[in-house]
Amino acid sequence: MGARLPRWLLAFTAAVLALLHLPLVVLVAFSFNASKFSVEWTAFTLNWYRRLAERRDILRALRGSLIVGGSATLLSVALGTLIALALARHRFRGRTIYEAMLYAPIVTPEIVVGISMLILLVLVHVPLGLATITIAHVAFSVPFVAVVVLARLSGMDEHLEEAAMTLGADEIAAFWKITVPLLWPGILAGALLAFIMSFDDYVITSFVAGSGSSTLPLVIYGMVRRNIEPSINAISTLILVATVVLLYLSDRMSRRAATVDE
Amino acid sequence: MSTRRRRLLGWLERHPEAQAWALLGPGTIWMVVFFVIPVLIMCAYSLMPRGTYGGVEVGFTLEAYQRFFNPVYLIILERTFVAALLCTALCVLLGYPVAYVIARSGRWKNVLLFLVVLPFWTSFLVRTFALIFLMRDTGLINSWLLKLGLVREPITMLYTSFAVLTGLVYGFLPFMILPIYASLEKLDPALLEAAEILGAKPAARFRRITLPLSRPGLVAGCLLVFIPALGSFLTSDLLGGAKELLIGNLVQNQFTTARNWPFGSAASTVVMVLVLGAVLIYLRVRDRETVGVI
Repeated sequence: MGARLPRWLLAFTAAVLALLHLPLVVLVAFSFNASKFSVEWTAFTLNWYRRLAERRDILRALRGSLIVGGSATLLSVALGTLIALALARHRFRGRTIYEAMLYAPIVTPEIVVGISMLILLVLVHVPLGLATITIAHVAFSVPFVAVVVLARLSGMDEHLEEAAMTLGADEIAAFWKITVPLLWPGILAGALLAFIMSFDDYVITSFVAGSGSSTLPLVIYGMVRRNIEPSINAISTLILVATVVLLYLSDRMSRRAATVDE
Repeated sequence: MSTRRRRLLGWLERHPEAQAWALLGPGTIWMVVFFVIPVLIMCAYSLMPRGTYGGVEVGFTLEAYQRFFNPVYLIILERTFVAALLCTALCVLLGYPVAYVIARSGRWKNVLLFLVVLPFWTSFLVRTFALIFLMRDTGLINSWLLKLGLVREPITMLYTSFAVLTGLVYGFLPFMILPIYASLEKLDPALLEAAEILGAKPAARFRRITLPLSRPGLVAGCLLVFIPALGSFLTSDLLGGAKELLIGNLVQNQFTTARNWPFGSAASTVVMVLVLGAVLIYLRVRDRETVGVI
């Protein structure tokens, strides 16, 4: 590129990017600080992490989050991928309205989704718990998965499947042997998005969780509210690390999938 | 291959529309049952009388909306609107230069993009707590200010409108940077060179070429920031005090402590209508722009 960027612009960009990350860096650093109440650095400790491991409620919430996140991801990936296939490959009546309906949950505020879901569940007397959390998470993840997979599909060559069918595969065999492997990076990206949204969701979950079940965001919210000790820093750090690891793994997997199809 | 499977595939072959709906079906049923119908019920609840212990009673009334549209609650609506607008404006001011630099950063592009996207993937709750940790009276910022002798007493930052605005900008800035970047990336450098040869100064080149051509990204970014800011709940809940309630908090409050479901539903319906309005305005602007460019 020709023109060099003015120095003040580079400094400004560096400052904004630093402001985006500094709060998290500070948070992580102080998860290792021995002092309980002050932000003075006293000594290095792993105490707050040990404290976390002793808390039954956190382990239980982690289990809840993994169950909900795992099942919501599987379901929304299946449903969303099928929708994307229909939108990419088929013409049908009411398509415009359908697409509008697909985008609606993406723009609707979480609070609206949460209370309307609560209203429905109370109306039909469904007991609240991990199952209702999963149902709600699938409802808001399906459109995101569909959009991500659709993006991948639109760059894909339909003739490959036709070729497979000319060579004797039926539609179902062609789907599993050709379409799914080619779509893999898109499906993976959709799954990652669905899982992280589910794992991180507080607002909708808080309405449909009921008193008996819990997920990590619900517990963390309670800890933040009570503003207690650096254990919150410690659990935040663990979540940050887990997110980065997950991003790294999915990046590697989709790179591998991308090299396979070349 | 079983005959039944062959017969099914044959039938689908002859009915392409049925094929589409076979794929759409499961997801559509899920979305209709767990999104469309609940939202419709919520709208209906906003028009019904309040039940004694939460819930509603059968009947029709405009009470909830009459209550919402009086000064006490309109202030909350206005505050929400102002916060969302200010947040969008700040995100433009902070985000545009960053997007511009990234689009022209050559081999650093991927690293910088990664730095912008990373916060988007990290937990919103964790990021909000990070701000609390910095901004509270006993937080890092105040402790440094005190140590440096710049202030005698801690500055109250948390539980103010300043904290809420900071939280909103911090939370949604990546949504502004990414679409602007996407449209600046497509900008043909030859246009700028041509303008330079023809004698346009840098400021004029920016104002007359870069800015107009990046408008689609700018408009999309504004929508992507404005909408979640309008419906935000967690940010004002954790960073704002009782005086900084936004409309999302009002809705939540009616379903938890106040137990006035019709009123909560009415407030929630208003938020949804505002969001849809913003989307429609966006689509209008976008369509007009595309026509204009062609």
